[in-house]
Amino acid sequence: MAGDVLPIKTSDDVVRVRQQTRVRALEAGLSLVDQTKIITAASELARNTLDYGGGGEVRIELLQNLSRRGVRLTFVDRGPGIPDINQALTDGWTSGGGLGLGLSGAKRLSNEFSIHSVVGEGTTVMIARWK
Amino acid sequence: MDRIPILKLGRALLVTIQVDMHDRLATALEEDLSAKIVSSGARGVVIDISGLDLVDSFMGRMLDNIAAVSRMLDAETVVVGMRPAVAITLVELGLELSGVKTALNVERGMALIQTRLIQTGLEDADVGEDGP
Repeated sequence: MAGDVLPIKTSDDVVRVRQQTRVRALEAGLSLVDQTKIITAASELARNTLDYGGGGEVRIELLQNLSRRGVRLTFVDRGPGIPDINQALTDGWTSGGGLGLGLSGAKRLSNEFSIHSVVGEGTTVMIARWK
Repeated sequence: MDRIPILKLGRALLVTIQVDMHDRLATALEEDLSAKIVSSGARGVVIDISGLDLVDSFMGRMLDNIAAVSRMLDAETVVVGMRPAVAITLVELGLELSGVKTALNVERGMALIQTRLIQTGLEDADVGEDGP
């Protein structure tokens, strides 16, 4: 299973996360629309990691099992954590200056979504898109 | 630092975004464009995003901001050339760019601006030509 770990420390890193997600999405054989969805979701989550998590990293993996292929991204930060995840997943809710679509939008654009957050320790968000 | 070029076409400005935008470039574009609207007296801005393979909420907000600032400076913004996969993704993301006019391509975007100029009685000639 091919995987890369990329740092997310600057806004240029967000661009690199998009580019590497595109490479893996192509390898996974995703359709053009599905590639666009997972790259857009990656961009939203990378920006969240940067703006709200104080930076972190992402692991980008090509998934392959017997029947299908896909891409999985796991974003990890050691920021302040999210006190109320349900609230954070609400469209339009933001703790910063954004539109409040990052987390909820990334969830809608993915086939799989999970989030784990501990206040004072950080947040991990996983998304996957299958062919 | 990189800058996105802004072309003047008659009474309109044309911006073609082809590179993967990072934050500083987006901010620079907003500033350059508003200055150019004032210095050129442009009545419309056409932003061609046919080169972009994604628009995320950051870029969407930038387009919304540019349209709002342009409106205050008396210029209409039209975003043109959005790819089908980008449109599908934007709607699913929940971002419908309701503050921004869109058109299929540059030609139709320019026509939209020309229509506005005629409707407001400011122009009866072609938008692509400089006025007297």
